[in-house]
Amino acid sequence: MSDQSSLLRDQVVAAQTQQRPLSIRGNNTKSFLGHPCDATILDTSSHSGILHYEPTELVITARAGTLLSDIKQCLDEQQQMLAFEPPSYGEKATLGGTIACNLSGPRRPYTGAARDYVLGCHIINGQGHIMKFGGEVMKNVAGYDVSRLMTGSLGTLGILLDVSLKVIPKPLHELTISKELDGDQALQLMSHWRQTPLPVSAACHNGEQLFFRLSGSEKALKTAHSKIGGERIDNGDHFWQRLNEHQHAFFNSSKKIWRLSLPSTVPMLELDGKTFLDWGGAQRWLVSDIKPDTIRQLVGSVGGHATVYRNNDDQTDSFQPLSLNMLYLHQQIKKAFDPHGLFNPGRMHREI
Amino acid sequence: MQNSIQKKQLLQKLSAILDSDSLLYEQEDTKPYECDGLSAYRHLPLLVALPSTLEQIQAIVRICHEYKIPVIARGAGTGLSGGALPREDAVLLSLAKLNQILDIDPARCLATVQPGVRNLAISEAVAAFGLYYAPDPSSQIACSIGGNVAENSGGVHCLKYGLTVHNISQIKIITIQGELLTIGSEALDSPGYDLLALMTGSEGMLGIIVEITVKLLPIPERAQVIMAAFDDVEKAGHAVGHIIADGIIPAGLEMMDNPAIRAAEDFVHAGYPVDAAAILLCELDGTNEDVSEQVMRVSALMKQHGAISIKTARDEAERQQLWKGRKAAFPAVGRIAPDYYCMDGTIPRSKLPWVLKRIAELSDQYQLPVANVFHAGDGNLHPLILYDANKPGELQQTEEFGGKILELCIEAGGTITGEHGVGMEKIDQMCIQFQAHELQQFHDLKHAFDPDGLLNPGKAVPTLHRCAEFGAMHVHQGQLSHPELERF
Repeated sequence: MSDQSSLLRDQVVAAQTQQRPLSIRGNNTKSFLGHPCDATILDTSSHSGILHYEPTELVITARAGTLLSDIKQCLDEQQQMLAFEPPSYGEKATLGGTIACNLSGPRRPYTGAARDYVLGCHIINGQGHIMKFGGEVMKNVAGYDVSRLMTGSLGTLGILLDVSLKVIPKPLHELTISKELDGDQALQLMSHWRQTPLPVSAACHNGEQLFFRLSGSEKALKTAHSKIGGERIDNGDHFWQRLNEHQHAFFNSSKKIWRLSLPSTVPMLELDGKTFLDWGGAQRWLVSDIKPDTIRQLVGSVGGHATVYRNNDDQTDSFQPLSLNMLYLHQQIKKAFDPHGLFNPGRMHREI
Repeated sequence: MQNSIQKKQLLQKLSAILDSDSLLYEQEDTKPYECDGLSAYRHLPLLVALPSTLEQIQAIVRICHEYKIPVIARGAGTGLSGGALPREDAVLLSLAKLNQILDIDPARCLATVQPGVRNLAISEAVAAFGLYYAPDPSSQIACSIGGNVAENSGGVHCLKYGLTVHNISQIKIITIQGELLTIGSEALDSPGYDLLALMTGSEGMLGIIVEITVKLLPIPERAQVIMAAFDDVEKAGHAVGHIIADGIIPAGLEMMDNPAIRAAEDFVHAGYPVDAAAILLCELDGTNEDVSEQVMRVSALMKQHGAISIKTARDEAERQQLWKGRKAAFPAVGRIAPDYYCMDGTIPRSKLPWVLKRIAELSDQYQLPVANVFHAGDGNLHPLILYDANKPGELQQTEEFGGKILELCIEAGGTITGEHGVGMEKIDQMCIQFQAHELQQFHDLKHAFDPDGLLNPGKAVPTLHRCAEFGAMHVHQGQLSHPELERF
């Protein structure tokens, strides 16, 4: 646990002088995501430590290299948690990587994504300046929302030094129930219950069965269970964790694993392959050999986008390409933060 | 800024786009637009354009872009930081005529609306589906959703349900080049950078927001309000921390101090105890069972931590009545003084007693009374400074006092604005909250969208020169802000 910010800044300044791009890396648990970049590795893993945690303020601040597992444990001791339920994809996952990828778990449609809980951060931009945006308070509209812009930018705009997050109390009780249904029936039911004030905190479908997780007081769960029906599943926590961490047998494949992000009510898509619905239908995992363009065209036509999440090849774009107008704007924003193009070149979109 | 076209020629070009009722340029017509909700600052615009279609907005913006004429977007004009304050050299673009609800999609829990739709009108329109739009600024009967996005507005329910940024899915913007861009989507995320978050709260500096798709939530099964009175403000502050530490996130958690209680009670007879030093209003919502359990826990916690009386609303009418006092707090204070000046700092909640004590000291020093209204759950303070603009020098004193309160919020580890925005009002305090490199980063970011600096110029982010001038007057603990800059 130590402050490496000036060392990291020195490395940025040196890279700038030598015109040598940098590939920002924590503990390398998410190297499968995005394109590999041909650049010198900048290791942020030793810039770690929880800086501030005050349970009654619902805020935690930690350095980017802090292990996600340490943060989860620290919150757990106070009966609190990260509302966005981030996956780790490995024991050594760091906070920085989690935020840089905007990773969120099954609770996402009901409580929000990583970006929704980011309150502030310190970053190093491409000119080697250490800067603070946002803060540790719940509401802050001074200046542009750079901390949320950094979230999900895959390290292409700057180096995250530390991040402040809003945290929430853990639910008193949780209950997972399941029903046998096909995909379209499951989507209809997920949408139906989404419109009611039932305490649903996760909804997925594995191809044969629909699963709901309920969170709240024991009495509230009992009432909700009687309304929704279905069988109670033992060890529900384990089930959701395995899905979140891609440890479910579904993800055991050498084919491309696609992440489709869609409006939740879009019916099952006519695509050859296996589909696993998560996020109440808004995030769909697809294992398929279909041509990328075919997938992207279909997904785009219903208002969504498709990411090759795992097992990508060298040629296929990891992320749905941007329109020309949007790409131009992205290039201008990249230039505003990283004028020399030092950080993670091509990791997200090849042009930025 | 030097316009490269005469007003007369500009009017000629714009009258080819807009009918005569939608183009105001005589002083008697433009006068109503000289200020927004911050009426202490006034300027007449060059002219006011009131388009009704996106094509008209694109055409207007393209002309302004071509001739380098600044454009200031305005919604309902209820903003409290002078974000829509006109300039003599700028077109004021009113979006009031774009006031249609375009689509309600209950299955997706989304509604697509034009920017001039009032905040409350959305919840009213979707209530038939058992849904509502959560962010509820106190001005929700009047303020428009476009302005809410531009300011990232909050409200009394944002501790649990978030700000505008958490409750929108997609927007359409018109860039200063006149292009229509869709940002976000009806899915839960989009490829590329999170431009939806960047645009939210950007105060009209990056683009004109012309359509918004908001997220809707199911109306909770039950909502219940508890009012607790305290004989000491500090005790009320501690009680808030204990409620949250107990694992409860109330839908709303508001505090009012004695002057605010008295003003509100006089105005709407909400049933507030006028002798209390502070009251807490705590709303709990959710399933029937969860609310019952939480009402018992919160009541017990309030008692345990020093509440001298506790009242639970017996029915919906009483719940509405208790909230009415809070929502009417600003106009209520407006009745007890000729003018009031509303501040908007946010602080870590634990610093509340210290900040309130310092505000009271400053109030004595400036001889200006203050009433405090406070979104206690999320640390957002609204001190209302009471003054009389007709007394020579009092407005200036008030502004100085207000500036001191904002600096206090920064010192406490907070921010100068929680939900009202920087606008024109807090631009100098931005120099204290941010370092030169950070401000420069904001300017670079704006440049990515608006290289000529035509969108709402001079607001939200101060120039470094402005900070140098301001900094020369504000030497804090012997440290000069922005020592790297030359002084003027």
